[in-house]
Amino acid sequence: MSGFQPLKLFFIFLGGLLLMFIIAPLAGMFIATSPAEFFDTASDREVARSIWLTLWTSMAATLIFAIAAIPFAWILARKKFPFKRLVSAIIDVPVVIPHSAAGIAILGFVSRDTVVGRIGEQMGLGFIGTPAGIILAMAFVSIPFLVNAARDGFSAVPEKLEKAALNLGASPSRVFLTVSLPLAWRSILSGLIMMWARGMSEFGAVVIVAYHPMITPVLIYERFGSWGLAYARPLAVVFICVCLFFFAVLRMLSNRYEDAEN
Amino acid sequence: MLKIKDLSLKLGNFSMHGVNFSVNQGEYFVLLGMSGAGKSVLLQVISGLIQPGSGSISLNGRDITREKVQKRGVGLVFQDAALFPHMSVFANIAYPLRSKGFDRNTITRRVESLAHVANVSHLLERYPKNLSGGELQRVALARAMALEPRCLLLDEPLSSLDVTLRRELRQLLREINRKGQTVIHVTHDYEEAAMLADRIGVVENGTVVQTGTPEEVFMHPGSEFVANFAGIRNFFEGELIAGDSFLRKFRMPGKEIYILTGEPTGKGFVTLRGEDITLSRSPSDSSAANSFKGIVTSVDPFGPAVEVTVDAGIRLCALVSRESAEGMELSPGSGVWVSFKASAVKFIPG
Repeated sequence: MSGFQPLKLFFIFLGGLLLMFIIAPLAGMFIATSPAEFFDTASDREVARSIWLTLWTSMAATLIFAIAAIPFAWILARKKFPFKRLVSAIIDVPVVIPHSAAGIAILGFVSRDTVVGRIGEQMGLGFIGTPAGIILAMAFVSIPFLVNAARDGFSAVPEKLEKAALNLGASPSRVFLTVSLPLAWRSILSGLIMMWARGMSEFGAVVIVAYHPMITPVLIYERFGSWGLAYARPLAVVFICVCLFFFAVLRMLSNRYEDAEN
Repeated sequence: MLKIKDLSLKLGNFSMHGVNFSVNQGEYFVLLGMSGAGKSVLLQVISGLIQPGSGSISLNGRDITREKVQKRGVGLVFQDAALFPHMSVFANIAYPLRSKGFDRNTITRRVESLAHVANVSHLLERYPKNLSGGELQRVALARAMALEPRCLLLDEPLSSLDVTLRRELRQLLREINRKGQTVIHVTHDYEEAAMLADRIGVVENGTVVQTGTPEEVFMHPGSEFVANFAGIRNFFEGELIAGDSFLRKFRMPGKEIYILTGEPTGKGFVTLRGEDITLSRSPSDSSAANSFKGIVTSVDPFGPAVEVTVDAGIRLCALVSRESAEGMELSPGSGVWVSFKASAVKFIPG
């Protein structure tokens, strides 16, 4: 179709506004930060330590919880059981509750007065103000991204292929590892990336469970609170660059994986 | 021998009940029925993917009703082949062998020999999405046979193929069966059933209503359903004899008829629709190549028409209108001429 299409133009205009809304503040922040400020901040040891902490805790949260999340996603995709809808809804709860509230809940769960907290303490694994606590808080708010993506991935695998594999003499675990998992892998990978990204950018839940050691989002907040916008801005820019860099690299790797499959 | 006894199950709205049949060692058994009749479910029950509510399945004298899927020794080929899309043809055929822990050399050797039988040796490096429908089925067959199943189950293996591919695959299935492989083949196509089956089991409303040779099933339908389903009353086994032109003779015990066909000579079946048979009081002077004198054995109402059975050396059923039947005063014992064109007779190679 050709010719004048006012509606289409109007929609494009709305889309443009939306894009501007996302890009403008970020761009403004980048422009307001001089290269000297950027490099000073990036070479600050406190900053480097917090970025490293943020990266490895979010990665650890993703990998540790994936061990349970992926098989659980398969159950959700394949099996019928009582209260399945309720279980699916519970998985989504961390997305809808305020993350500061999530932090309070976790703190209550793992504090030194609780059974979990005491057991952790005896094993030398304190949760309050430790990387272990940060990992828990990050996992709590980001787990739905992985479970939902993996569940959709497993649902898209034709059940017939799993049946065929069973018929061909494969044990259920071999069917899972050689048929279900590889065929759902794209969705799972994208879920892992989303979970990791979400964990890395978490502030609300982490700040309550572990103000120290400081992950970068907490450090940004602290610098803003103590010294103001000008001091917090370069750090925010540095951290955004780190996030975008890893996000882009992982996306590229997963795209390459998809290309190799096609 | 595979023996199914009093099998029942319920799956949502669908149910099967009182299923009984047996398949002999080395036999080619076809389950024939309309879609939704429960044929595919039956295959999944035999293979152990669906548990029956009650009844028993035994294979070579051993009860396998509650046996694990992996241990049954029953190979199932799904309607759309169900190859693993992320594995090459080689890896697909090797899959069951790897599950059983064979060593690498044995696996390579076995895959190559299976691929040779199924005529897919040139495709081993390819992936399923680059295969045609016929190739997919051949690979699926090779994969299902890798574990040398005691019984091979085929779910509509020919339904998605065109005529040429169908003939080729049919040839392959016959070959596999000739080597002693017991086969249970599910289809809704009675011609396919006639071409391949040693025996047929007719599936209707979740149960097997009749079993027998193709001739028994089509000539003597055990129920109204079988008769209507196949849509044929006149089904004969015999031999197509060579002729100078396409107008050939088909010889059966007690009769020879003319038939127009380009098919190669050999054993097979012919079918003839009751609507295509003309009845007359005297020999008709028409173009029909086949004209015989016979005696009416029965006259039965059949829907809006009347089914007249005539013994003319072979038993022929003609469908005529009530008016014609009354006008000709047809009744058991009366003499009548039957005629039909050679082109109305259809040959099915057996």
